Amino acid sequence: MGRILIRRGRVLDASSNRDEKADVLIEDGRIAAVEPSLDTSGAEAIDAGGLWVAPGFVDLHAHLREPGQEYKEDIASGGRAAVAGGFTTLACMANTHPANDDPAVTDYILDRARQDSPARVLPIAAATKGLEGAVMTEMSAILRAGAVAFSDDGKTIMDSGVMRRVLEYSCMVDAPVIVHAEDCTLVGHGVVNEGPVSTRLGLPGNPAVAEAVHVARDLLLAQLTGAHLHVAHVSTAIAVELIRRAREQGIHVTAEVTPHHLTLTDEATLGYDTNAKVAPPLRSAADVRACRKGLAEGVIDAIATDHAPHAVHEKDVEFTAAPSGLIGLETAFAVVLDLVRAGELQPLELMQRMSANPARILRRAGGSLAVGAPADVVVLDPQKEWLYDPAKGFSKSRNSPWAGRTLVGQVKLTLVDGRVVYDVARGVLLP
Amino acid sequence: MIGRDLLGIEDLDRADLERILETAERMQEVGTREVKKVPTLRGRTIVNLFFEPSTRTRTSFEIAGKRLSADVVNFSPTSSSLTKDESILDTARTLDAMAPDAVVVRHKVAGVPKRIADALAAPVINAGDGAHEHPTQALLDLLTVYQEKGRIDGLSVTIVGDVLHSRVARSNIYGFLKLGAEVRVAAPPTLIPPAIETLGVKAFTSLREALDGADVVMALRIQRERLDGAYVPSIREYSATFGLDRTKLRFAKDDAIVMHPGPVNRGVELSHDLADHRPSVILDQVRNGVALRMAVLYLFAGRPVAAAQEG
Repeated sequence: MGRILIRRGRVLDASSNRDEKADVLIEDGRIAAVEPSLDTSGAEAIDAGGLWVAPGFVDLHAHLREPGQEYKEDIASGGRAAVAGGFTTLACMANTHPANDDPAVTDYILDRARQDSPARVLPIAAATKGLEGAVMTEMSAILRAGAVAFSDDGKTIMDSGVMRRVLEYSCMVDAPVIVHAEDCTLVGHGVVNEGPVSTRLGLPGNPAVAEAVHVARDLLLAQLTGAHLHVAHVSTAIAVELIRRAREQGIHVTAEVTPHHLTLTDEATLGYDTNAKVAPPLRSAADVRACRKGLAEGVIDAIATDHAPHAVHEKDVEFTAAPSGLIGLETAFAVVLDLVRAGELQPLELMQRMSANPARILRRAGGSLAVGAPADVVVLDPQKEWLYDPAKGFSKSRNSPWAGRTLVGQVKLTLVDGRVVYDVARGVLLP
Repeated sequence: MIGRDLLGIEDLDRADLERILETAERMQEVGTREVKKVPTLRGRTIVNLFFEPSTRTRTSFEIAGKRLSADVVNFSPTSSSLTKDESILDTARTLDAMAPDAVVVRHKVAGVPKRIADALAAPVINAGDGAHEHPTQALLDLLTVYQEKGRIDGLSVTIVGDVLHSRVARSNIYGFLKLGAEVRVAAPPTLIPPAIETLGVKAFTSLREALDGADVVMALRIQRERLDGAYVPSIREYSATFGLDRTKLRFAKDDAIVMHPGPVNRGVELSHDLADHRPSVILDQVRNGVALRMAVLYLFAGRPVAAAQEG
């Protein structure tokens, strides 16, 4: 494998706290040097003047739909969408058909990923069999097969006794348990955030307290068991506050927030756009502010997309009948760059929350440009305006609330293991 | 400004409301003639697309259309996307290909008329969507109150009952507020929508306080299934606390009128006696419904059809 020199970019590497103009030399798939000025002889040079050079993004939360719902997405299309969005690693949720509750399914996903995906894929396995919230999965065997965490995402384990034992057992295998925290009985038939917007729309509301009740329960159970609890897609001010207090008490909790919960409010649903229907729902402006503040202050560790593809015919129905979820891999960087423009995050802090922190939560390498690290690198143009058209994207689905919008901030180049897998001018290049 | 579609009172301003009400007053005269028909919409086709059963509203629209000489077609698909039959938008597009001049839509899910309007070339009139809006009901209520009281400005209107699930309540709240009335709602806390005060109304759980000084008392229909303990402990408890009768009505102004969108659950929302006699004006509401819908069809279906919009 050859040598690549990414020249004159603004290198943003949170793992070494580096934010300076430098050259990055890649040799044999690994970072060979990061220096203010490097000899270019013999290396393929990429000019990154005016651009950002950072570790490839790591997504803690994507739905790749394979096996079982390949009409929405598959590992190949999801992997391509990932690298087009600057993600070099993505963790995929277990709610496939069949669910990833068995080593054979984990094996299958990893096998498909090796053949089809330009991005690294880390399977998240179900915490309970069939995602039914009753019987624990064979965590040891599934981890040996290559899973990295456990989650019944999309479904909440409502039985607190089962949740306690899942957390206890996870301590033995030393893997995080990721929770979609929503009390189903409080959610009821709720499809939009409960408040002025649900009242105006005349749609059943999903109250903020539905999330808070379960975050509180799971934090108490994490305290009891000592397990690593990871709270997925935090959406409410009250949940941010509960997590803040838990951290102060030393409870082992980490948390993620999505680009949509950082930038969109429930007012995005006012025209009954089912592409803005998501679980948990888009919340109030005060909740959005709290999530942004929580991310800036480190109460929330990471940004995760909750990329959730659904076919057009599934979304093009009555609001109550449409499935929840939106696609986010290809738009994430441009969307969250809003926090940098607003002065709430430094570029280096944003990169940390997109790569180093999620990698740390999953206890995997990544999110670093240290010499010797795998050369998973992204080159970004923070000024570039582009029109987002999901029909021209790499995901099979189009359910995006940002469709047709002009976004600012573009992924120019994505490298995995030192190979260019995405180039904005040429598209996805591998496999 | 009145747009292509009539989806909700929230979208209208005071001048729009006044224009519709003035047009309806002119239409009332047609209903008093021996031959109750004018040629205004001759050659126009109006489709009543009712996904949810509704005899009263559909009949009212049908009579209104026929009095204007329009061809009125009733279409009541039983399918929904939930039953995996033809999707609502496919149904609507199929209908649109037959080039109607207006489509009147009723659906049990909020937002469906909006989605259909986005997909169609023809104007869409919302005949009630879920707990969202029922604009023609509010307009006929406004017309009825205006004709009873001679004004709307400065009146005090109290809406009693299942506001949470009521499209009639939402449309009336917007309508009465835009025309200068004060609006209160009264219900058990479980039936008051969250953040209802953001619409500009005051919520009460005491009927007595809510009725104090009211010029207009509007009872809402409550579905029997809401009264089985999930929202309200029992019918008996509901009718004892929020059912209107002449005794409770004494808290309102002496000349207060009583309204109800129908059909009435007698003995639940209204006492038998009150349902049939003054000060209730329920049959005036129904009568005005035809004239009001004639006005709406004239204003929304009488114009050239706009070019197809992107769905």
